[in-house]
Amino acid sequence: MSFLSRQSNYWKRIDYFHLFCWGASIATVLLFALIICEIISKAAPAIQEFGWHFLTGSEWRPNRDIYGVFPMIIGTAASSFIALFLALPLGVSVSLFLSENFLPATPRHFFRMMIEMLAATPSVVYGLWGIFTVVPLVHHYGNMIARHSHSLPFLKGPAYGNSLLTASLVLSLMILPTIASLSRSALEAVPQSLREGAYALGATRWETILHVRIPYAAPGIIAAAILALGRAMGETMAVAMLIGNSQCFTLSLFSPSNTLSALLANQFAEADGLQISALMYVALILVILTLGTNFLGEIIRRHMQKITAEGH
Amino acid sequence: MSHPIPHFFQHNHNKTAFGRLLRNHLLTVLCVFLSCITIVPLFSLLYLLFKKGGSFLSLSIFTELPASPGLEGGGFGNAILGTLMMVGIATFFSGPIGILGAIFIAEYAPLSRLARTVRFVAKLLTGIPSIICGAFAFAMIVLTTGHFSALAGGVALAVLMLPTILITSELALLGVSSSYRDASYGLGATPFQTIWCIVLPEALPAMMRGMMLAVARAAGETAPILFTALFSQGWPRSILEPMASLSVLIYNFSALPYPYQVQMAWTASLVLVGMVTGINLIAQWAFCKKI
Repeated sequence: MSFLSRQSNYWKRIDYFHLFCWGASIATVLLFALIICEIISKAAPAIQEFGWHFLTGSEWRPNRDIYGVFPMIIGTAASSFIALFLALPLGVSVSLFLSENFLPATPRHFFRMMIEMLAATPSVVYGLWGIFTVVPLVHHYGNMIARHSHSLPFLKGPAYGNSLLTASLVLSLMILPTIASLSRSALEAVPQSLREGAYALGATRWETILHVRIPYAAPGIIAAAILALGRAMGETMAVAMLIGNSQCFTLSLFSPSNTLSALLANQFAEADGLQISALMYVALILVILTLGTNFLGEIIRRHMQKITAEGH
Repeated sequence: MSHPIPHFFQHNHNKTAFGRLLRNHLLTVLCVFLSCITIVPLFSLLYLLFKKGGSFLSLSIFTELPASPGLEGGGFGNAILGTLMMVGIATFFSGPIGILGAIFIAEYAPLSRLARTVRFVAKLLTGIPSIICGAFAFAMIVLTTGHFSALAGGVALAVLMLPTILITSELALLGVSSSYRDASYGLGATPFQTIWCIVLPEALPAMMRGMMLAVARAAGETAPILFTALFSQGWPRSILEPMASLSVLIYNFSALPYPYQVQMAWTASLVLVGMVTGINLIAQWAFCKKI
């Protein structure tokens, strides 16, 4: 009898481990809420002071308490879209290269390790590398290009080494592994039967890729691109080291510019008073931009997946 | 027939076989070419790392303090120690929460509303830029205590690591075959006994691998610790004081006009890349065998 009663108590005992696990889950959710609340509450003075003018103002002068982030928003959007524009074709071709058998398995494996290493390299090392290789290149060729394109506002000189283009080039390199690995998994999810069907109808390898595999994997590739865009918007160190950190608004690719995250990196350590609040406002805008981008990506992926599913 | 004729069949009946074959080969060449372009920067990076960073590599780098800007000599032992300490603090906070949270959403209540919320939040947290973790720790700890500290840097890194640990641990737990759990419950074990004695040992290698990947990523991050732990010239004394770290050292020294400091930045980069790659390799090899 005692054995049985012990057994039943055994089950009735409170599972403290369960409680711990539950607590950890709650803590995770609360942490996210805390991050958002903390940023909003610290940004509140600046939000009250500047309101929407913060987004449209184009001057950032901490010494006179004038804050406007329009140039940084444009810089963030421009650098990340240019980076995506450069990285998308390269990333998709890398993912095709890795999933097709153009080369034997050993070089492909080596190639994959290289791409993984590209992904694991810290941002600050990219920045250092950019200062020594990309900055001189952009400075040199930028001036050459600027001289031959007299009237285009996007290519106006004089070309500086630390410019929007430099930051975008290095950013594209940094988001490339994301695009490559995510679109590779999308491409590898294409059913083998579809590929074999295309080959059986007499399609060549590239006809199969362009008309069967890429359309089927399109939701995944687009999701990869948008995720990479979100990462490019939030990327800080390499951009802060390369973009030139100018608070002026320019259209030219060869001029110094600034992004929201680089502004945070440069000014937080020495900020006080209203400037901290203004920087928290910038952080809030950055959170909204990146989360919005990721959310949009998820919606597009689901929507397109539905279309693809209905098509078959 | 309701099935449409595939595009390539419609377009190609008036193209010659030679044209199609040529296009096929040209696209292959283009694809291989574009893929090889992406590797060129990496080779350039590695070459510069070893050429510029390797020449200064010596034992004193690891044991000495950095010299004042403009002076020569010294190392960055304090930065290496600082990076390790801050990543340690971050793992101390995020490891238990991440793993326990993963156990809750994978084992205890996988379909509950809380589990769905946690998964959603983890996904949102992975999308948050690393500098926002820094801004959060700055607002939470630096503004409250009134000074920069290694603790704030560690907390910022912990926020960064948490979603990675949570998601990889959940995947690791889901990878354990459910027949193990059924057998354990069938023998009369409680949920705690099942998880602690059966599921966790089986999932541990994959969980450790996820944790190592998070550690490797955190070790290379600069943005979260740039304005939370700041930098210090001396050895780490207390976690409530500013602390040096490798990544912030690279950032600070890269902007200095002195060639010696720039050389140091390259050497520090080599050490940092070596550390990150080393942790990644250990994660892949040491914890891969058991699975």
